[in-house]
Amino acid sequence: MRNFIRFIIRNHFFLLFLLLEIVSFYFIFNYNQYHRKVYLSSSNQVSGYLYKNFSSVIQYFQLKKTNEELARENSELRNQLDKNSFYAPMLPEIEVDTVAAQHYRYSAARVINNSVNKHFNYLTLNKGLKHGIRPDMGVISSRGLVGVVLNTSESYSTVISLLNTRLRVSARLRETGFFGSLNWDGHSYRYATLSGIPAHATPLVGDAVVTSGYSSIFPENILVGTIDEVTIDQGEGFYEIRVLLSVDFKKLEYVHVVEKLEAEEQLELEKLSEND
Amino acid sequence: MKMINLLPRYLVNFVVFILLQVLLLNNLQFSGYVNPYLYVLFIITLPFSTPKWLLLILGFITGLIIDIFMNTLGLHTSATVFMAFLRPFILSSFSPRDGYEVGTRPVPSDYGFGWFFKYMVIMVATHHLFYFFVEAFDKELFLSTLTKSLISIVVSVVFILIAMLFAKKDSRTL
Repeated sequence: MRNFIRFIIRNHFFLLFLLLEIVSFYFIFNYNQYHRKVYLSSSNQVSGYLYKNFSSVIQYFQLKKTNEELARENSELRNQLDKNSFYAPMLPEIEVDTVAAQHYRYSAARVINNSVNKHFNYLTLNKGLKHGIRPDMGVISSRGLVGVVLNTSESYSTVISLLNTRLRVSARLRETGFFGSLNWDGHSYRYATLSGIPAHATPLVGDAVVTSGYSSIFPENILVGTIDEVTIDQGEGFYEIRVLLSVDFKKLEYVHVVEKLEAEEQLELEKLSEND
Repeated sequence: MKMINLLPRYLVNFVVFILLQVLLLNNLQFSGYVNPYLYVLFIITLPFSTPKWLLLILGFITGLIIDIFMNTLGLHTSATVFMAFLRPFILSSFSPRDGYEVGTRPVPSDYGFGWFFKYMVIMVATHHLFYFFVEAFDKELFLSTLTKSLISIVVSVVFILIAMLFAKKDSRTL
């Protein structure tokens, strides 16, 4: 026993080093478990507060760009209104209870911290639990898909950015409907890779890639990007498609958090069949 | 200078380096994936008389705080602990013939710019190489990770030199 204690004392430096490295690597490999802990993420009260105050200073320099972006989005939404349609006067008017038909609820949030140059990029938003934000809600901007809420504290939330090699999103080709899985490869912040599109699909450069709507997170047909380059893996018979992302992650300012209102119902139902 | 007199200065350094890192430097995104990591300067400039175990503990705490801010739990922690572990060996290999004088610190004003530069580059390199290889793990090619870390080492060194320029006006800081 005495020898053992002497051994520990003599090698305390090396043993402490080993211990601390083991703890760090334990964190790295169990990221799923620990990233869900709010106090170990950027949405904790201290860092959320710091990021919020700092970004509200920086924000003033972006006001012009933010305004232009809002105006653009407004006119885009106006274009989608039914009464703009040429056929609008000819259609019979039906009274619909729009509240009952609502599938998704959107709430706006400001990005208070963001990165694009890491392997695992995250965003921090200035809204949290008390604004109704919950983990696993989708995050989109006016230009397309942004990410998924990872965890939330009282007034802040952390979002896994699409630019995170740990995030996979189900996406499909808008023209042909074939779907695959979209993943970032960790290189350029402008491109992601769509894989799993079968060889008999005919993806063309310039075609739009949108969300599939199969998950309980994102609505259908949210733009992800456009096809930039198509290569085929002869052995496996699947396309490997490079997608030019529609969102410029460097200029992200305001985003919408999407809540699917029947998400719980869908998940419960899917769980039932999983157990079979 | 006694260790206890240095305590307030290092506390200030600690807070300043972490704030600079998470608020300013993390928002500098030059080419897509290069990011200067200035906070390692805190471990680099700790006094020679810092107990070895304290180096490791401080490395762990610094890394963990950076990780929490950046949502990279474990990555910066492991790299900073690794750097803190190697510090005594690196220092002893750079030591003058009759050792380091009592009460001095590993800063340019005590041992000259040339000495500090060599020591600092080696320290930054151990940290960055460790960090980028753990981050990439098996998802990336060896060469691309190596280039990525080399570019980041250069950028970090440049930023540390800029920080030193600011500190020089008052030789008592840093």
